[in-house]
Amino acid sequence: MADSIRMQVTRYTPGPDSVPTVAEYDVPLRKDWAVLDGLNYIKDHVDSSLSYRWSCRMGICGSCGMNVEGEPKLTCATFLTDYAPGPVRVEPLSNFPIVRDLVVDIEDFMEKLPRVKPWIIRDDDVTVIDGEYLQTPEELAEYKQFSNCINCMLCYAACPIYGLEPDFIGPAAIALAERYDLDSRDRGQRERLDVLIEKEGVWGCTFVGECTTVCPKHVDPAGAIQRYKLKAAKENLMTFLLPRAAR
Amino acid sequence: MSEGATAAHDVLLVGGGAAGLRAAIAIAETNPSLSVAVVSKVYPMRSHTVSAEGGAAGAIAEGDTLDEHAYDTISGSDWLCDQDAVEAFVQEAPRELLQLEHWGCPWSREPDGRIAVRAFGGMKNMRTWFAADKTGFHMLHSLFQTSLKYTDITRYDEWFVTRLLVDDGRVHGVVAIELMSGRIEVITAKSVVLCNGGSGKVFPFTTNANICTGDGMALAYRAGAPLKDMEFVQYHPTGLPFTGILITEATRAEGGWLLNKDGYRYLQDYDLGKPEPTPVLRSMELGPRDRLSQAFVHEVEKGRTIESPYGPIVHLDLRHLGAKLIDTKLPMVRELCMQYERIDPVTELIPVRPVVHYMMGGVHTDINGATPIDGLFAAGETACVTINGANRLGSNSLPECLVFGARAGRAAAEYATSAKQPSPAVMRQADDEVRRLEQMRSPDRGHEQIADIREEMQSTMEDSAGIFRSGDSLAKGVDQLAELQQRLDRIQLYDQTSAFNTELVAALELANMLDIAETILHSAVQREESRGAHQRTDFTTRDDTRFLNHALAYRDSDGSVRIERLPVTITRWPPGERVYGR
Ligand SMILES: Cc1cc2nc3c(=O)[nH]c(=O)nc-3n(C[C@H](O)[C@H](O)[C@H](O)COP(=O)(O)OP(=O)(O)OC[C@H]3O[C@@H](n4cnc5c(N)ncnc54)[C@H](O)[C@@H]3O)c2cc1C
Ligand code: SF4
Ligand code: FES
Repeated sequence: MADSIRMQVTRYTPGPDSVPTVAEYDVPLRKDWAVLDGLNYIKDHVDSSLSYRWSCRMGICGSCGMNVEGEPKLTCATFLTDYAPGPVRVEPLSNFPIVRDLVVDIEDFMEKLPRVKPWIIRDDDVTVIDGEYLQTPEELAEYKQFSNCINCMLCYAACPIYGLEPDFIGPAAIALAERYDLDSRDRGQRERLDVLIEKEGVWGCTFVGECTTVCPKHVDPAGAIQRYKLKAAKENLMTFLLPRAAR
Repeated sequence: MSEGATAAHDVLLVGGGAAGLRAAIAIAETNPSLSVAVVSKVYPMRSHTVSAEGGAAGAIAEGDTLDEHAYDTISGSDWLCDQDAVEAFVQEAPRELLQLEHWGCPWSREPDGRIAVRAFGGMKNMRTWFAADKTGFHMLHSLFQTSLKYTDITRYDEWFVTRLLVDDGRVHGVVAIELMSGRIEVITAKSVVLCNGGSGKVFPFTTNANICTGDGMALAYRAGAPLKDMEFVQYHPTGLPFTGILITEATRAEGGWLLNKDGYRYLQDYDLGKPEPTPVLRSMELGPRDRLSQAFVHEVEKGRTIESPYGPIVHLDLRHLGAKLIDTKLPMVRELCMQYERIDPVTELIPVRPVVHYMMGGVHTDINGATPIDGLFAAGETACVTINGANRLGSNSLPECLVFGARAGRAAAEYATSAKQPSPAVMRQADDEVRRLEQMRSPDRGHEQIADIREEMQSTMEDSAGIFRSGDSLAKGVDQLAELQQRLDRIQLYDQTSAFNTELVAALELANMLDIAETILHSAVQREESRGAHQRTDFTTRDDTRFLNHALAYRDSDGSVRIERLPVTITRWPPGERVYGR
């Protein structure tokens, strides 16, 4: 194994005429180094102005998503040796505005998230005094997968629809809506459907399925979208057949 | 700058982890008329709570009692916790965990649908609630998503707080950098709750995330509040070498064994009980973390550990648990081992070594989170109430964030209801802070590099205040830190850009860590005894006559550390021997 690898890293500083450029750095190639370790090496030893987000370094906080060789990846869970002998290209996630170097602006997602009402909705007044809501392991298994989303935004970066149609609410938000819909403690399906049935909701998706392919946590957002479309289709049919009061 | 503040709130929470979000919701629920804001240097769902794996303790199981949870916590703390705080804690923890259940946290369940609990180190009964082995992740996302329901909670995401504004013994707000634009802003508030998390990054090898730089402790300390019991640093016995990624104690609760190079369950040699095939509570692998980490060092001394490129290691053996149990109860452990060590724990041994994990110490508060500065509160890992004393028990920290987050939130809300508007005098302080930040970026300050000083600080801390310390090692460390403090003033920043300047943030975090490192060493020098996680090779026994008390570290005006002592609160459990496995 060679003892170093070249990283080609996007650099960008906002300004009136600035455009992203690519800088090249040689970093040590070590068996257990993630792409993120390469970036940290650059920041600590070569150029301390390089900017990117990271925190947990164990694939759970969702901060460190970037495009590595064109594919959205968690850089703390993607290893340099997999790209040897290099070079390896590291760019900001696609489909988001760039703030600086490898940092993108995800405010759009943060604004969409509350729209799907990702919290338990109920209309009774049960309180903690009444104890826990019972939920069997089977009921838990129903939604568990959709609850594992770390909001890393890799699916948005991979989604061609989101790239063309920024109003599309997007894979992770829909998966989260499905997570609560499937939770036996929740009664909010109706309210969420009202949001997701809109044009920017599930109908935006044309089943490309890239979101599920890139998801590092096996959340299967494409599956969630699929299920929602069925719900929405059924709902549309009901609207057609019955007056609102009868629904 | 002097024109006025960017924004004004009644209560400002610094930190969007478990403690900060719990506090925010508590206020939104009980005092909806107050204006509440959460400022966080990362998006709240990225906070370090997300990494917690094993679980959260709350006595609910049949046969378990609040008193037993209290006793385990107190003996685990080597009698240095405050027992009134522990009593409040064990009583409110189950209710808080249930509240999270009602907010959607996907707790693991019994077949009949009730909450399942698992064993944990140092706990006599099964009482640790868990969401597979992603407990912190699920708790944090449940809290964050629930907080979205309260549209009146204002959020300042990716704002970095650099200073507390304190005038006349009372807090009035903060100065913060909005990272996206680089603008320096002032947010005033009638009360402020620090929920900034821990400071593991002071050490080189830690389970803590990059953001755990003890900013909250440093902010309070510089503003005049004391830091309590800083000498107590928890090493977790099982971290992966190199990355420091935590392999949760739940692996041992489910039946994992610790083996030395001879395949021998070495803990039996350290007064921790006899090896049984299935886990025994408060025994062997389920002993407390301080004792297990210390046993590792003795194994190294005996030459019974395994050499690795990253120093000596021992093995964690899960093979006998089988794939099914591992996949249902410890899925993340398998995922992490495969990804970062390229081994499969179903068939292979996991290499592990002790790793810095948790700060027992923090901002001194009373049992409602109040600090000695009026209007300033603290909760979570940044605070020191203390229920953890000289050694925290695993799975007590997440519920601590909930119980004392909620308490501090309510107390801060009450304070804000009666407090006057922030004083305009603090705007002058804000101007000073702006000047300080600008100065940090001026050219020709020197040639020092952030990364160099950080690395030297970290190795100094490991060498002088590791699992075992001595008067000599600590004195040497104190000198080295003093030198690093001077070099800090000569750091050259190269990044002159405003937008998302992570170099400036790293410099500010380093300054915070150096202050905290000093309080750790000075507190450790003065504690001439061995208790819990603080083990002195020159004072090897516990000394209740001189040291059944807390250390309070104050910052003097010349920047030096002054230690005062405060008695421990004892309610019902007089100091006794810590007995495990017998
Ligand atoms: C790997 C790991 C596993 C663990 N497992 C368990 C477990 O199983 N059970 C258990 O009980 N405990 C566990 N712990 C401990 C527990 O997770 C932490 O003590 C707890 O989550 C801390 O929560 P917090 O709310 O205090 O802080 P954090 O979650 O760390 O949040 C800190 C917040 O403060 C903000 N902040 C910090 N500085 C600034 C600043 N300058 N300006 C603005 N915002 C700032 C951050 O953005 C963040 O939002 C574990 C810890 C680790 C490291
Ligand atoms: S669905 Fe998967 S890829 Fe998308 S944000 Fe969640 S974890 Fe990331
Ligand atoms: S740094 Fe947290 S997911 Fe990569």
